[in-house]
Amino acid sequence: MTRRIVPKLSKEEYEKNFSDVKPPLSKDAALLEANRCLYCYDAPCIEACPTHIDIPSFIKKIATNNLKGSARVIMESNIMGGTCARVCPVEILCEGACVYNNIKEAKPIDIGRLQRYATDYIFENNIQLFKREKDNGKKVAVIGAGPAGLSCAHKLSMLGYQVTVYEKKDKAGGLNLYGLAAYKITNEFVEKEIEYITSIGGIEIKYNQEVGKNVDIQDLLNSYDAVFIGIGLGKTPKLNIPGEELEGVYDAIQFIENLRINPLEKVSIGEVVAVIGAGNTAIDAATQAKRLGAKKVYIIYRRTQNEMPANIYEYNLALKDECEFLWLTNPTKIIGDTFVEAIECIRMELGEPDSSGRRMPIPIKNSEFLLKVDTVIKALGQISYTNFLTKIQGLELDKGRIKVNPETMQTSIPKLFAGGDCINGGKETVNAVQDGKLAALGIHKMIFS
Amino acid sequence: MVDISSNFVGIKSPNPFWLASAPPTDKQYNVERGFEAGWGGAVWKTIGNPIVNVSSRYSSIDFGSKRMVGINNIELISDRPIEVNLKEIKSVKKHWPDRAVVASLMVESKKEAWHDIVKRTMDAGADGIELNFGCPHGMSERGMGSAVGQVPEYVCQIAEWVVEVSEIPVIVKLTPNISDITYPALAAKRAGAHAVSLINTINSITGVDLDSFVPRPIVGNASSHGGYCGPAVKPIALNMVASIASHPDMKDLPISGIGGISTWRDAVEFMLLGASNVQVCTAVMNYGFRIVEDMIDGLKNWMEQKGFKKLDDFIGLSVGKVKNWGDLDLNYKVVANINQDKCIKCGLCYIACEDASHQAISYFKDKYTKKYEIIEKECVGCNLCQMVCPIQDCITMEQRNIGAPYMNWAMYQEQNK
Repeated sequence: MTRRIVPKLSKEEYEKNFSDVKPPLSKDAALLEANRCLYCYDAPCIEACPTHIDIPSFIKKIATNNLKGSARVIMESNIMGGTCARVCPVEILCEGACVYNNIKEAKPIDIGRLQRYATDYIFENNIQLFKREKDNGKKVAVIGAGPAGLSCAHKLSMLGYQVTVYEKKDKAGGLNLYGLAAYKITNEFVEKEIEYITSIGGIEIKYNQEVGKNVDIQDLLNSYDAVFIGIGLGKTPKLNIPGEELEGVYDAIQFIENLRINPLEKVSIGEVVAVIGAGNTAIDAATQAKRLGAKKVYIIYRRTQNEMPANIYEYNLALKDECEFLWLTNPTKIIGDTFVEAIECIRMELGEPDSSGRRMPIPIKNSEFLLKVDTVIKALGQISYTNFLTKIQGLELDKGRIKVNPETMQTSIPKLFAGGDCINGGKETVNAVQDGKLAALGIHKMIFS
Repeated sequence: MVDISSNFVGIKSPNPFWLASAPPTDKQYNVERGFEAGWGGAVWKTIGNPIVNVSSRYSSIDFGSKRMVGINNIELISDRPIEVNLKEIKSVKKHWPDRAVVASLMVESKKEAWHDIVKRTMDAGADGIELNFGCPHGMSERGMGSAVGQVPEYVCQIAEWVVEVSEIPVIVKLTPNISDITYPALAAKRAGAHAVSLINTINSITGVDLDSFVPRPIVGNASSHGGYCGPAVKPIALNMVASIASHPDMKDLPISGIGGISTWRDAVEFMLLGASNVQVCTAVMNYGFRIVEDMIDGLKNWMEQKGFKKLDDFIGLSVGKVKNWGDLDLNYKVVANINQDKCIKCGLCYIACEDASHQAISYFKDKYTKKYEIIEKECVGCNLCQMVCPIQDCITMEQRNIGAPYMNWAMYQEQNK
């Protein structure tokens, strides 16, 4: 018996399936949309944005064809405005707050794509909006070159700091580069944005430097004026069921990363795929499995749609890609000799609320059933680097997350600041960017007041 | 059934919608297409000794995504020989006997020249004559158009020359580029003209190109002031129409209303303020002749709803409602009210009142709610909040009886002596 693997698609099919899910607006479309914005006073979209971009202001500037000014408004608040324009769950953030939602059957402003329109302009025309202040003689170490770390580094450099970023991989970008669906953002863009951020100077990224392995955090704390930690999260937890080691069982984070770092035709996928979990990452994995050519993709979740962590936009993407949700279903066994041949699941029902406040799923006895699948993708969230974090003397954690002052991002260790997924348990790029920005300001405040 | 047929100083048309003298009435082809679409009449593009036009001759202003809120032109009168235009008028009139065809004329300010063209126009079978005393550009530099229209004595003189030979109705088209429109209107009346039409275009520069620094429309490295029209000029035209209609010495002078009319609603407004019919150009330049369909349809539906059987039932109904400020009631009081169920919390009313008006709107905000409310004791009833509100009927102006009788400015002064 051999594994049922989807044959390679044509180049055109890959291109079509993985093309921009939200293509850029044309100039005419951007102007029409910009002119539709009401330019609200104390606009709710600003509050809904974790980085508080002055959205009506940047949209007004698009309408007056002041694109440089528009991009400046965006990127002063959010240096990764380009990435966030592409990947933000705008439906539950800015666009979800647009007052047009209060008009029956009216559509909110397409804020995400307008933001992309403005930020694309400065990237396409190589306009550097920022200038680093004179060196202030202070040095900060940043651990992790993901969105939180890069945001922090940029703000610090702007303020005159010398920043050294320690990145464990050989490329910067973090989940922007490794953790987002390929149809949302391209590697070229991520690289361009990082180049833009670092080109103001004062930022040195040291690659293949894993703090806790070849770099010691105490050394950093001793030799720098402050340290920012933005290490994100680690692996997906194990299912702890038989068969997890079989060929064809993947970690969703790894699967998504494979799609970003390898040519698409090099990533193989089984004919029938089971994705375990119903968060945004599960959907990124499921939709991409489908787009790689899988005939059938199940999204298996032990609770119901009401409890699913994925947002409505992602959920709709999965439906559009014809993924099938199996609610109140939990895997019990992965079956196969050397590779995945089937998965055994059990039906669940909801009981009393658990510690998360959501109703606890309970297995229904003797309701096991088999699904013939060829690939299993585990998307159960990510666990924090508890092993590393608990070794840092004096660092307070809460459920594996680093505890910080939410205004300054300062941890229980005065010189140590933190932000991003390692403090929030896994949120959006935009949250990480905000954390990094606040931490930079927090560091500045600590050092100079 | 309502009857929308029109009789303007003896010129009959199936509806009150005429095409104004302009590019859409430049030649037989256009005019007949207009008639096919349903237009009741057409004032032919001004006939005179043929001119030469510049290329690049229109420019416009946009507002937000709305194109052509106002346009201007530096085009002159017809560039085709007089005899060609007159021959086509004859032909159109033959094909479309039920439609009004009026010839717009402009020649040099000589009695013989005017006598000659008027006679030839009558021979062509035109239903009437419109005297173009309005063009503010080009022709005015040659002593014609608004150069005539701006001097009431000239208006009277030339109109007299026309009236003394014309056996068909004479309409004097007035320029708005004058401090008081009633002066040339009275001059036209004095000369025996049968009607006036207004407004012609307003002298204007629509904008400047920010790269070449040349104003628009760009002709090489220069531009010229041009005649402005379109939706943006409607309020100016309405006021001028009303000021003639309400003038004690011109109550019986028929008016053909022109200026930014795009819809049946605009047309009705002109007619309520005293115009017997209306003329349209810019809206056709924007959308084509087909717009007349809704103008006819909308007008009929509105008349039916209001119980008007014919145009005369409502023409001029609003004339008496335009008064001097000094006659207005100082004790009339309205205040704004915000319908909280309809409010979408855009805050536009608040910031407008706060920065530009009377700080009469309060803003409450906490983690869960936002609320904008009128502070009635501060509200002067200016209407600004209602105007900026993007939601229909969300902000309404409500009358408050302050328990005081009518009092105008003179009475107020008397009382406060």
